[in-house]
Parts: sequence; C-alpha cells; structure tokens
Amino acid sequence: MGVLTIGCFASLVGSKSLDFCLKLAKAAVDKGHKVNIWLSSNGTMSAKANQKHLKDYSHSEKYMKEFLEKGVEICECEACALARGIQKSEAIEGVKWDAMHWYLAKIYNSDRVIHIGGE
Amino acid sequence: MSVIDLGFLIQKPPYKSETSTLGLTHAISYQVVDMLLEEGQGVVPKVCFVGEGVLNCLKGHKAMEHYGVTSIETHIKNALLVDLDLYVCKEDLERFGISEDRLIDADDMGAEKKLQIVPFSEIQNILNNSKHILVF
Repeated sequence: MGVLTIGCFASLVGSKSLDFCLKLAKAAVDKGHKVNIWLSSNGTMSAKANQKHLKDYSHSEKYMKEFLEKGVEICECEACALARGIQKSEAIEGVKWDAMHWYLAKIYNSDRVIHIGGE
Repeated sequence: MSVIDLGFLIQKPPYKSETSTLGLTHAISYQVVDMLLEEGQGVVPKVCFVGEGVLNCLKGHKAMEHYGVTSIETHIKNALLVDLDLYVCKEDLERFGISEDRLIDADDMGAEKKLQIVPFSEIQNILNNSKHILVF
C-alpha cells in the first residue's frame, strides 16, 4: 500500500475543497493506504473541536476523529492557527501542531502528494 | 534514500491571497526539515514564478506600510539568502513588460543567489524533474 500526503489550505466553510480532501482521505484510508494530512492557512479551522454540524455547512470533526482512530496523522500549522485565534487547547484531541517542515518531511516519504491550495 | 527536488509553482499575484507567502515560507522551511528525516535524506525546493505569479518578484513592496505584514519581497530575499533557486518565467515577464532591473534582489543582505529568469520550457523541465509539485 502507498503513502498519500494531502496538504489542504482551503477553509472548512466557504469552499468545498476541504470537504473534498476529507472524502479523498477517507477513500484512501478505506483502501488501506497510509494517509497524512497537513492543514495550513484557512485549513487550520477544520481541526477545531466542538463544531456544530449545521446542515448548510461542511463539517470535519467526525472525519478527523475517525481518521485519528485509524492512524492517519493530522497536523496543523501552529502559526496559521494561532494567527486565526485557534488555541491548541481548542483543537481536536490527537491533532498535531507543528511547522511547515513537518509537511515537507511527510512529502519526502510519500508516494503521492495532493496539494490543495487556498482561495 | 537521497535528496529530492520539490517543485513550488507560484502563480497568484501578490497579496490577492495568502498563497504566494505560503509558497515561499513552506519552501524556506526546507532548512530545518533535516531534523525530521534520516541521515542523507533531504528536500530541495525549486520555486518557480509563472503567470501573474511573476508580479510577486517586482521590487519595492510596501506591505508593512499598507497591510502591517511582512512583505513577499522580504520572503523572496530570505529565500535567496538561504540559497534557494528561484526561477521567473521569461515569457510572462515580457507579457507584463517587466524588465530585469525591476526585479527583487538580495544584494543588500549579502545573498549570492539571484532570481533566475528562464524560458517556460526550462520551468517545465524543472517541474518534470521534481518528485512532487506544490501549486500555490
């Protein structure tokens, strides 16, 4: 099985790019691939805990928790999160906080990389 | 294992979104990636400015004055200072009527590297030789 790293810079709400990333990650995990997810820029908001699932808005917490249980490594850019007022204590438990070199290191060890840029 | 090239393609104009800055800061972070890799492993970013992305390379940014943020010019200078290879598409510069003397350099910081103006065909070769490509 392969290693897939997904970098997502798009926001959870306001675009469907992050929703696409999560569903793509789920498909890969279900097929037995190792998946890493890097959240940067507006993508960092998707790792915030206690999201209310309103039907009109995308929702990531359920996916994130499921991924973490299945061994997916999820990491968000600490600087991007702090700049948006998101504290580590507010993040979904198990999500890592690190800097951009984490993403480059995961890319190094990946068979495929899908980089979804921001808006 | 070995050292791999990563292609960074910057194609958005400056300050329209955060992407150009993120492309540069992610590339610059290659300096410390070694601590997460094994002996002999490494990544070498190849940063390519194409399309409207070449507008990032114009000197004289006033980002701190107008937006209160570090300028993309400063990030480009830092990238040159840490010996990254930064390529600017020749055809796109011509399309915008931008001459070489209007481009950023980091001479004042003592950088040995300069922005490299290259034809698009060379940028294609750089991307073809990269293990992965990140589009910003």
